[in-house]
Amino acid sequence: MKRVSLVAALAAAAVFSVSPAGAQTLKTVKDRGMLSCGVSQGLPGFSAPDDKGNWTGLDVDVCRAIAAAVFDDASKVKFVPLSAKDRFTALQSGEIDVLSRNTTWTLSRDTSLGVNFAGISYFDGQGFMAKKALKVNSALELNGASICVQTGTTNEQNVADYFKGNNMKYEVIAFANADEAVKAYESGRCDVFTSDVSQLYAQRLKLATPADHIVLPEVISKEPLGPLVRHGDDQWFDIVKWTLFAMINAEELGVTQKNVDEMAKSDKPELKRVFGTDGNLGEQLGLTKDWVSRIVKATGNYGESFERNVGTGSKLEIARGLNKLWNKGGIMYAPPIR
Amino acid sequence: MAIDARPPPMQLVAKLRRVLGGRSGWKGLIAQVLFVAALFWIGYEIFDNARDNLANQRIASGFGFMSHTAGFGVSQTLIPYQESDSYTRVFLVGLVNTLLVSVVGIFFATVIGFAVALARLSPNWLISRIGGGYVEIVRNLPLLFQILFWYLAVLGALPSPRQSVSVMDSFFLSNRGIVVPRLVGEAGLDGFLVALLIAVAVAIGLPLFARRRLFATGKPMRVWPWVVGLLIGLPLIAFLIFGKPFSLEVPVLRGFNFAGGARLAPEFAALTLALSTYTAAFIAEVVRAGILSVHKGQMEAGASLGLSRGQTLRLIVIPQALRVILPPLTNQYLNLTKNSSLAVAIGYPDLFSVFAGTTLSQTGQAIEVIAITMGVYLLISLVTSALMSLYAWRINRSMGA
Repeated sequence: MKRVSLVAALAAAAVFSVSPAGAQTLKTVKDRGMLSCGVSQGLPGFSAPDDKGNWTGLDVDVCRAIAAAVFDDASKVKFVPLSAKDRFTALQSGEIDVLSRNTTWTLSRDTSLGVNFAGISYFDGQGFMAKKALKVNSALELNGASICVQTGTTNEQNVADYFKGNNMKYEVIAFANADEAVKAYESGRCDVFTSDVSQLYAQRLKLATPADHIVLPEVISKEPLGPLVRHGDDQWFDIVKWTLFAMINAEELGVTQKNVDEMAKSDKPELKRVFGTDGNLGEQLGLTKDWVSRIVKATGNYGESFERNVGTGSKLEIARGLNKLWNKGGIMYAPPIR
Repeated sequence: MAIDARPPPMQLVAKLRRVLGGRSGWKGLIAQVLFVAALFWIGYEIFDNARDNLANQRIASGFGFMSHTAGFGVSQTLIPYQESDSYTRVFLVGLVNTLLVSVVGIFFATVIGFAVALARLSPNWLISRIGGGYVEIVRNLPLLFQILFWYLAVLGALPSPRQSVSVMDSFFLSNRGIVVPRLVGEAGLDGFLVALLIAVAVAIGLPLFARRRLFATGKPMRVWPWVVGLLIGLPLIAFLIFGKPFSLEVPVLRGFNFAGGARLAPEFAALTLALSTYTAAFIAEVVRAGILSVHKGQMEAGASLGLSRGQTLRLIVIPQALRVILPPLTNQYLNLTKNSSLAVAIGYPDLFSVFAGTTLSQTGQAIEVIAITMGVYLLISLVTSALMSLYAWRINRSMGA
């Protein structure tokens, strides 16, 4: 009944609040002493609790980076696990300050949900996972297949577009949670499970015998994933946006968790601006001068976070591909800190 | 004998004053008007403030989204639906699916419930223990657990379509559901349907006629051979005259799934099974309590009239018990309807799943969507209650109570 309480909270917020809600998110977060961050209900690599109950993942690192920038303490985050269909309501109602939950940036979400996407933390695309025993090598061979999907995602609509575009028949079984959808796929109710490719790799790890399943080569959509905030609080929007950009820029500048203190003493004008030894860029955001070193100390730069959570340093072993930096053959790019 | 003059009809204004103002007259009336005005004002403020705040936060509002294209597929629809249809259509698809599972669930829950209640009251030790065991086990396990049990453990354990269990190569049982041959209309269909309709009409009318004859002449009449004869005979005659009414479309395994034929999806089957067996346990207790509330003497009176136990129950005890049974039975029906929203856990596309789920998250218009959904569930419940009240009223009237 989480859903109903969220809607009730949203209705209450809409009905009773007199000033536009959430215009003072930074102050609210500071007063609370805690960042409230919406994450998934357990997606290895992006946001999942480990065996000690600590949340880890690429999306989690974005939350921790924001907390580090605000409090200089990456542990001051309350993680709120949300299903795909509840996530926007939780943000709208003010239950969370930022949603960092592998969420695809689309025009309709940006305009009609009252949210702002603060950048792209992972360039993804939608794919299919099938049992090897089915002997399917391409998504174009899926005519007549039953497809398990999580409801409330862009995946649901992409599947409809793709099958219609290729004149294929399909049957879609939509579940409220990813886990339920994967369970039904594993039990044989569906021939394929569809989701963003990164999620397919993550969910495959949860299966009894991951080696019996393959991810088909076709990527049928663009899924730019990133954190988002409520519309109407530009300062908070800037903080979240530039926290992500700081992680990406840190990688580009070669600043890592290990060498951050050393780099902070550098004489290079670019690094002096970034580390606040010259100018007050951090303060312009409403943070402190040393905001970048706080972030990198807490989570490392974007590349470190990527490798640790989803890349070669993790069980997922996803290649960086599109997510390489722009000057390394990818499209990951952040505006300059100056 | 003097006739008292009739009192003059009360003036409209005076009537109004008495109805609204009560004893305090005009003063009371003013208070009432002010109270209603205040209520309206608060309601308007809430509505207006909500609208302003949604606009400030740039959250879309209003019901315009209902005509937008939905763009997602729904696995099981009773009415035609495709991805390019609007959200209104999605709403109707979901509503029909909810009504379907509720009606079918209520039917089976009632049948199973009555059977279990009678079993529990049976003088046979074993049967009554089985009835008791059923009630205690089923009603004490969470419903969501039971839905997932039926879906994942029972129906999910069936073989894949390629290894499906088949009967005569035309009925297939697999983890995609039950696939059966479908009837496709042919030239003789119209005549056949008319014959069937007449047979059904007569089959319904005949018992009423037999009853009247019994009351008028005291002669009982055996109805069922006539009914069976009509239901089989008339369509058979139509078949001989007009030709083949329909042909069978046998399902064939093609690629991943069966092509052709009609299919009962496992989501629907699991949900119906879970809802009807779960609610049946409660209905069994309601029915048992109702039957026990009828005085024991009624049973003995029936026996001393020479009626069998079944006849006594059917003709004497249950009609009296129904008066007690109906109100709590209505509750169970309402519970079943509302519990059908748990469908979302197993991907059955009911109203809550496709409308308050997918539609809500795609449009983001939580307040509108939830308001519509609440209104619909409320309406379904009110209509169910009204129908049950009507039935209760009829029973009470026929029993002269």
